[in-house]
Amino acid sequence: MDFVNTTIERSTVQLSKADFESDQMVKWCAGCGAHAILAAVERVFPKIGYRKENFCMISGIGCSSRFPYYVNTYGIHGIHGRAAAISTGVKIANPKLSVWMATGDGDSLAIGGNHFIHVIRRNVDINILLFNNQIYGLTKGQYSPTTPMGKVTKTSPQGTIEHPFNVGELVMGAQGTFYARVPDNNIGLMTEAMFEAAKHDGTSIIEIMQNCIIFADKAHNDVIGKEHKDENMLNVKNGQPMTWGKNNEKGLILKDTLLEVVEIGKNGVTADDILVHDAYSQDPGVHLMLAKLAPPHFPMVFGVIRSAMFPTYDDMVEEQIKYAKETSKIKNVDDLLNSGDTWEIK
Amino acid sequence: MPDTKRHIIEKESVVVKFVGDSGDGMQLSGSVFSDSAAMAGNDLATFPDFPAEIRAPQGTVAGVSGFQVHMGSEKIYTTGDLVDVLVCMNPASLKSNIKWAKKGATILVDTDSFDNKAIEKAGYKLSPLSDNSLESYNLIKAPITAMTKESLKDSGIDNKTAERSKNMFALGILYFIFNRDTKLAFTYFEERFKKNPKIVEINKIVIQAGYNYAETVEALESVIQVGPAKMAKGRYRNITGNIATAWGLLAAAEKSGRPLFLGSYPITPATEILMELSKHKSLGAKVFQAEDEIAGICSAIGASYTGSLACTTTSGPGLSLKSEAIGLALITELPLVIVDVQRGGPSTGLPTKSEQSDLMQALFGRNGEGPIIIISASTPDDCFYKAYMAAKLSMEHMTPAILLTDGYLGFGSALFRIPKVKDLPAIKPPIAEANDPDYKPYKRNAETLVRQWAIPGTEGLRHRIGGLEKENITGVVSMDPQNHQLMVDLRAAKVEKIADFIPEQEIDGEKKGDLLVVSWGGTFGAVHSAVKLAQDQGKSISHAHFSYISPLPKNTEKVLKGFKKIVVCELNSGQFVNYLRMKFPMPNITQFNKVQGLPFMINELTDKFNQILEEK
Repeated sequence: MDFVNTTIERSTVQLSKADFESDQMVKWCAGCGAHAILAAVERVFPKIGYRKENFCMISGIGCSSRFPYYVNTYGIHGIHGRAAAISTGVKIANPKLSVWMATGDGDSLAIGGNHFIHVIRRNVDINILLFNNQIYGLTKGQYSPTTPMGKVTKTSPQGTIEHPFNVGELVMGAQGTFYARVPDNNIGLMTEAMFEAAKHDGTSIIEIMQNCIIFADKAHNDVIGKEHKDENMLNVKNGQPMTWGKNNEKGLILKDTLLEVVEIGKNGVTADDILVHDAYSQDPGVHLMLAKLAPPHFPMVFGVIRSAMFPTYDDMVEEQIKYAKETSKIKNVDDLLNSGDTWEIK
Repeated sequence: MPDTKRHIIEKESVVVKFVGDSGDGMQLSGSVFSDSAAMAGNDLATFPDFPAEIRAPQGTVAGVSGFQVHMGSEKIYTTGDLVDVLVCMNPASLKSNIKWAKKGATILVDTDSFDNKAIEKAGYKLSPLSDNSLESYNLIKAPITAMTKESLKDSGIDNKTAERSKNMFALGILYFIFNRDTKLAFTYFEERFKKNPKIVEINKIVIQAGYNYAETVEALESVIQVGPAKMAKGRYRNITGNIATAWGLLAAAEKSGRPLFLGSYPITPATEILMELSKHKSLGAKVFQAEDEIAGICSAIGASYTGSLACTTTSGPGLSLKSEAIGLALITELPLVIVDVQRGGPSTGLPTKSEQSDLMQALFGRNGEGPIIIISASTPDDCFYKAYMAAKLSMEHMTPAILLTDGYLGFGSALFRIPKVKDLPAIKPPIAEANDPDYKPYKRNAETLVRQWAIPGTEGLRHRIGGLEKENITGVVSMDPQNHQLMVDLRAAKVEKIADFIPEQEIDGEKKGDLLVVSWGGTFGAVHSAVKLAQDQGKSISHAHFSYISPLPKNTEKVLKGFKKIVVCELNSGQFVNYLRMKFPMPNITQFNKVQGLPFMINELTDKFNQILEEK
């Protein structure tokens, strides 16, 4: 699928990583997963090919939200939880900008939960990088809405008693049109998902399973760690059968109404029986099932899980304005002031 | 068709109020009546008075809806304290409004609505029409419902629909009382219901029937004539404060060349601005109904960054929610217009009533040192100019501006002399030029201290701003103590310098004297009228009505120092007065306050002025 977005002006020269490097010192902890996300962004922006002045990076508050300072684009470091609302204003006001948002599990799923679901519901064409490290890092180690139940943190010394959000499930529940999940230890997968997000017209959520080396180290390790990834990560690609394992021997099938893990070559299962991923399906049913899968009985699904075409909010704003301009008798403020009941006093 | 048989009483001004149940069409009656008054050349002010509930229980005092019109052959400054003519469509409306009728006022009632059940529902023990309690009024008892049905019996419409036109029958009676041509009302319907001739016809029949009834019953010994007012030449219209605010913002967008963006969440009494701007997409206005107040202002901040004239509209509770974001706009030094149509507070308070109690919140309701522009509007039509000025100053000085109006201004209407956009002052935002090699996010104009507006998409100006303190000039994140002090001082000085760009404070009356009456915002009409009364009585009294609150006009201290005593009148517990005391500590500043969700009455003001003038 090529770029269909012709609203945003493309660069006439080939851009490189250097075009997007900021002169600011990056102040994330050594070993923080955010460094890799920054590297992926600097790699994918030139590849996307828009004019460098047309990128705009918006954030809220948290470790993730220092992002705009570290990438050389236009950008706003906003206030806690409100990045989605700020981004919405940027995109509606100027649809010619490629709007990106850096946020975290606290910023978007706790304090900013309201804006997060509404930007998704409206399908505003922005790309959201959601750094999910399952912890509050900047405030030094309190549990977040994605911290697994029972986890001991500084505000849950006996373990949390909250059910965590599954980001994918939340996105689908809010009628999301694009959802990808990627690990922070694989720049290739991150770059690929970001590129697909850029191509997608509408709100794109990229959930990045990010490591906080200080307050929740190895939180994702059981899935994305070197020793576990073959067993526990299923990387889906549109049009490809959903298989994983050391030798790609495991696969997903749909039995009755549920997904089931099978082994190719066992019990008469062949490669042809494996469910083929359809990321572009408008119906989110299978996408939701995929987003919810997790070890120990299932793998966790990575890659672009959903990328469905629906009209975007910002396009519809422009269409309504265009129609109004063509049909209304009121062409300027003088027309407006003199419309309706007016009379002359001589 | 002026009636020559009746005695004609000439009046300089008259207050008429239509009251009835929420569903009785009082707002329409009032609108038609005020439209005709305007067409006949009267100056006027109107105010709708409706309950906080959409449909409070029928027939109860809580469900009474009203529309007040003050019209005159003289300049009209208020919607009127007490009523000369009260039109009551049911017992509940009489019960709740009789206190506003002048002694001797004309009261028109629909006797058909005064059955035992309705009388009891309104809280009367006996019918007020038969217990002599209305002896001191000129009571006109008319079987309005029955006659409305009778007048429409040949029109082919059902009884229920016919009954709903009873407000127009009452209106017809008023046209007779005010010696006014019913054609003025007919025109109103003909222009608005071109596509529905049946509606036009029914309303014409009923209005004329009401008129004819009044003429025949001879219940009225005289008719009232309010002649045309002397007004400046020009084209006029009637406008409410909320519509004027919306249009002022549109005018500022057009004049500045910056597209208008509104991010708002519905809230009484500010919602009309959001609804009005939603209608004007043909002028390029982008209106975003956000998921909450915070998203409203934050979307506006995003839009402002991209170079739009960005606005958010709200009332007190919404302003509270927007506090943190206003801080973001002020530290990023982005233009942003925040309109607060004040209502009674705290908390949900009195949503449909008016107050001036958000001033302190507007001035100081933020974390950190946060001076911004505060402007207030004085009359419904003034909302246009003050919204325009809020946008102009905010964009030219790169700092947020709060425009304070209130429920009375927002819902109230006044005649508006239509300006031409070309005659409005120019708006020149400091837009940074592409590829300016010297561009720095916080480099400032040496005179005004204003930074430049570098719009995303522009070549060579990529930069980041945000809520963390920034180094002056470079805009790099900085926690340096001296830099923070410098930036705090610069942001304050930048706002203070705006005093060079606003008009000096005017005084209505002598510049020196015994008493200076100070007011601000929507109390202008009442305070002006009260001061004028006292001046006419030869008292040494002057009036200074403030529109610019932050910064204050440069000559404020000089204005205050010319008087032996000062009284600051406001609809709160003393917010502007304490702001003035803080800025200009003087022992002779006193205050007069009212926090009842009601405007000042002229007589309570004059009583207060007299009392102060008599004190030694």
